[in-house]
Amino acid sequence: MTNSWTDIKNTDLVIVMGGNAAEAHPCGFKWVTEAKAHRGAKLIVVDPRYTRTAAVSDYYAPIRPGSDIAFLMGVIRWCIENDKVQWEYVTNYTNASFLVKDEFGWSDGLFTGYDEEKRDYDKKSWDYKIGEDGFAEVDMTLQDPRCVWNLLKAHVDVYTPEFVENICGTPRDKFLAICEMIGECSAPDKVMTSMYALGWTQHSKGAQNIRGMAMLQLILGNIGMRGGGMNALRGHSNIQGLTDLGLMSNLIPGYLNIPTEKEPDWETYMSTRAFKPLRPNQTSYWQNYPKFMVSFMKAMWGDAATAENDWAYDYLPKLDVPTYDVLRMFDLMHHGRINLYFCQGFNPLLSFPDRAKLTRALSNLKLLVVMDPLETETAHFWENHGVYNDVDPAEIQTEVLELPTTCFAEDEGALVNSGRWLQWHWAGGTPPGEAKHDTWIMAGIQRRVRALYEAEGGVLPDPILNLTWDYADPFEPTPEELAKEMNGRALRTVPDPANEGAVLVEAGQQVKNFTQLQADGSTACGCWLYSGCWNEDGNNMARRDNTDPDETGAYLNWAWSWPVNRRILYNRASADMQGKPWAEDRPLIWWTGEKWEGYDVPDIGVTSKPGEVMPFIMNAEGTSRLFTRAMMRDGPFPTHMEPFESPLANVFNARMRGNPVSRMFEDDAQNLGSSDQFPFVATSYRLTEHFHYWTKHNPVNAALQPEFFVEISQELAAERGIVNGSRVRVWGKRGEVWAKALVTRRLQPMTCDGKTIHVVGIPLHWGFMGAAKKGWGPNSLTPYVGDANVETPEFKAFLVNIEPAAEEPVA
Amino acid sequence: MNIDLSRRGFLRLAGAGVAATSLGAMGFGEAEAAEAAHVRAFKLATTTETRNTCPYCSVACGIIMYSKGDVKAGETAEIIHIEGDSDHPTNRGTLCPKGAALKDFVHAPTRLTKPRYRKPGGTSFEEISWDDALNMIARAIKDDRDANLLQVNEAGQTVNRWTTAGFLAASATTNETAWLTYKTVRSMGIVGFDNQARV
Repeated sequence: MTNSWTDIKNTDLVIVMGGNAAEAHPCGFKWVTEAKAHRGAKLIVVDPRYTRTAAVSDYYAPIRPGSDIAFLMGVIRWCIENDKVQWEYVTNYTNASFLVKDEFGWSDGLFTGYDEEKRDYDKKSWDYKIGEDGFAEVDMTLQDPRCVWNLLKAHVDVYTPEFVENICGTPRDKFLAICEMIGECSAPDKVMTSMYALGWTQHSKGAQNIRGMAMLQLILGNIGMRGGGMNALRGHSNIQGLTDLGLMSNLIPGYLNIPTEKEPDWETYMSTRAFKPLRPNQTSYWQNYPKFMVSFMKAMWGDAATAENDWAYDYLPKLDVPTYDVLRMFDLMHHGRINLYFCQGFNPLLSFPDRAKLTRALSNLKLLVVMDPLETETAHFWENHGVYNDVDPAEIQTEVLELPTTCFAEDEGALVNSGRWLQWHWAGGTPPGEAKHDTWIMAGIQRRVRALYEAEGGVLPDPILNLTWDYADPFEPTPEELAKEMNGRALRTVPDPANEGAVLVEAGQQVKNFTQLQADGSTACGCWLYSGCWNEDGNNMARRDNTDPDETGAYLNWAWSWPVNRRILYNRASADMQGKPWAEDRPLIWWTGEKWEGYDVPDIGVTSKPGEVMPFIMNAEGTSRLFTRAMMRDGPFPTHMEPFESPLANVFNARMRGNPVSRMFEDDAQNLGSSDQFPFVATSYRLTEHFHYWTKHNPVNAALQPEFFVEISQELAAERGIVNGSRVRVWGKRGEVWAKALVTRRLQPMTCDGKTIHVVGIPLHWGFMGAAKKGWGPNSLTPYVGDANVETPEFKAFLVNIEPAAEEPVA
Repeated sequence: MNIDLSRRGFLRLAGAGVAATSLGAMGFGEAEAAEAAHVRAFKLATTTETRNTCPYCSVACGIIMYSKGDVKAGETAEIIHIEGDSDHPTNRGTLCPKGAALKDFVHAPTRLTKPRYRKPGGTSFEEISWDDALNMIARAIKDDRDANLLQVNEAGQTVNRWTTAGFLAASATTNETAWLTYKTVRSMGIVGFDNQARV
């Protein structure tokens, strides 16, 4: 989230699209209720299903799964056509005025540079014109036909209300009513907030769905504002933290990157990370990359990381592919190329697509290690559970270790919520039996592997032998020690560059925050973004002062938020070019004539003059981006693409299936269904009584929602002869499941391109372990393909068929 | 400034006062006094309170856990009740149907209590000691890494990646667990590294 849960109370309009917050994030959704009750805010819901969020909305419209980009580009087109644009914001705070290379263009659903063979773009033309002074060329009048604004206008021209109706199935009058409501928020003092979740990410073009809304929010001037922003309602309690800390194939903590083979040495790696400003006077904060990177390397390898050995750059693995993401790993496993696999609190057998393939993949491992508080399906994948897990254990040679871990109640440390708050929590219970902390297990593994390398030697032992391990008990590092390591400290006395002779940080002291980090090896810091969380003031994440001056919803002294305790990202953009807040009734920060001050930590140098230094300090432009240059694989603007399994051909280009640059493994490409065999569109969803696959282990939750069901409309039920509450079979190209039928009016048929579209809703909370009745998840049916940029699987739009089934035989 | 008042302690005193006064004022006789003696003692009266956050979704509601026994004092502690933390700015004491049933997760019948091992082709798990389990893991890591770590690619460049092992990290663990996991996994050269954020 750019903003926080408590900030939602400041909004004028909430749009929930790609999520179902009332059901999946109930206590956060209360801030929507608060805004409605006390500010008279309105709520719009756009969803294939009339969800529990829709039930309390002011306006609801249906949409066909996987067609969100067409809807969003349609809204942008309507706003431009009807002058619902926050002009001062768009002109100055976005890259609307930047001129784009003449070669760039779009036709037949594709941008320039497409290579069908490689399923990739040559993105050379997706960039600005650079002038002789080395800066990007701009036209502040927005008249130049090559400026981003005019290219955007041309790009969205096709997305008329009729086009939207035809592609999305959203009736034209409903679409226009929503446009009117959204358009009001282009007034500088009116604000809309976007709340979305996996309904947008789990598509083969998920990242572009989100960009579509981000662009709309910029056009309305809603980013950086109280009550505004792009608010990703994240899933697990620390999914934000694990992402910040880079526990992903291609990341280093704080959104730094694992090098690729094209960067075999430090100099090459750094050469593409200069982040030279693209406009005069701009901050381009990523210019500090070397400080963050060197401090990370020092945190990892201490004295073994030196200027002479390029900070132990060779210790870092170099990627030969963009990522070894989960889809790639399970595909490699499927081909027998993975021997050893660890699942720490993760149940992939129910979380990744095409379960039949996952079972075959796990069966090819030599050793599977599962660490979890609960008995997961993954740990028991080899066990026969009749139709629910129809395997022959004798044929599966995989060794499995199932290790009991503590759960939240027995553990201490910080979790990062959606709003980027790092909140400390304490252990209150004794672990059951022999259950152990994950830190104890990881330390036990590291220490033992290290001992083996010490005793026996082996291949490349140094990164393991030299790993920093300054813990009082090497077999059980404490949360305090680890948090302090992430915050960072001075390894030797750091002089103050601003005051000759003065000291910035004494040797051995915790750094105050990341502004004190150095690129010369004098500081160590595990995650620069978290620097400030545990400094010489103590554990800031444990702060519990819930006062909120003037009730802005900021709660600056409650816990600690990254970066530097800032609660609303890009908050400089909440004020105009003179530094005066756009919304007088909801000021956030303002320019006093000498400096920035206000209710939040300013997201700009405190003495950076308004009108000179633009608000988006992380970007080399100083502005936000309506046009993303070559930063996304599937285009600098979002363009409509069909799901890989869709009842319709792409209207722009009938040859184009799904996202034209999504990676597709060969076996999986053969394993896609078509609408003549599988005529119905399926989508997965969650229920408020359950959290993923954990709560089916809890007797209370298992009683509240005991049994797997699928949801269909009355019309589809009548068409297929299905009675409410009866048993049905749902099948697709990759598998089949049996479920109770829930026939409701929450789903209604839609009409797209002259075809009737029926949607089948498939909740995701059942498996073959735990207290609930045995069942299946949608992943028995979903295609093995991910988003083109981040490889998030396409769970929200795929094809199935459905028919009545005989009742389950009573044993 | 964080003043960690015990709200329950306050309520306990207040409740006792109310009971005594009403009984006297309303002139209850012996039968009522005997009935009052049967009233179960307030179940949280002798518990230890610990602040925590709900482990499910990323709203991260504040919760208070009540235990018999105090882990911080080195005692065995059993969690007997969990409720919303009314001091928390986001949830202000409220919880959803998942959060309200958190105690059931802590004491779930299917919680794991012992390390277990399943041999190739086996039809059941067998118990194994922690030491044997961790030694088995360390040996498997060492042998596979030594056999399969790619130090140099075809172009002769140093790449030091190990692709035959992979690690899925848990996005319900703490930052501190995540950082220790990061250090351990990355220093081995593992690139097949992800968490739930991928899905």
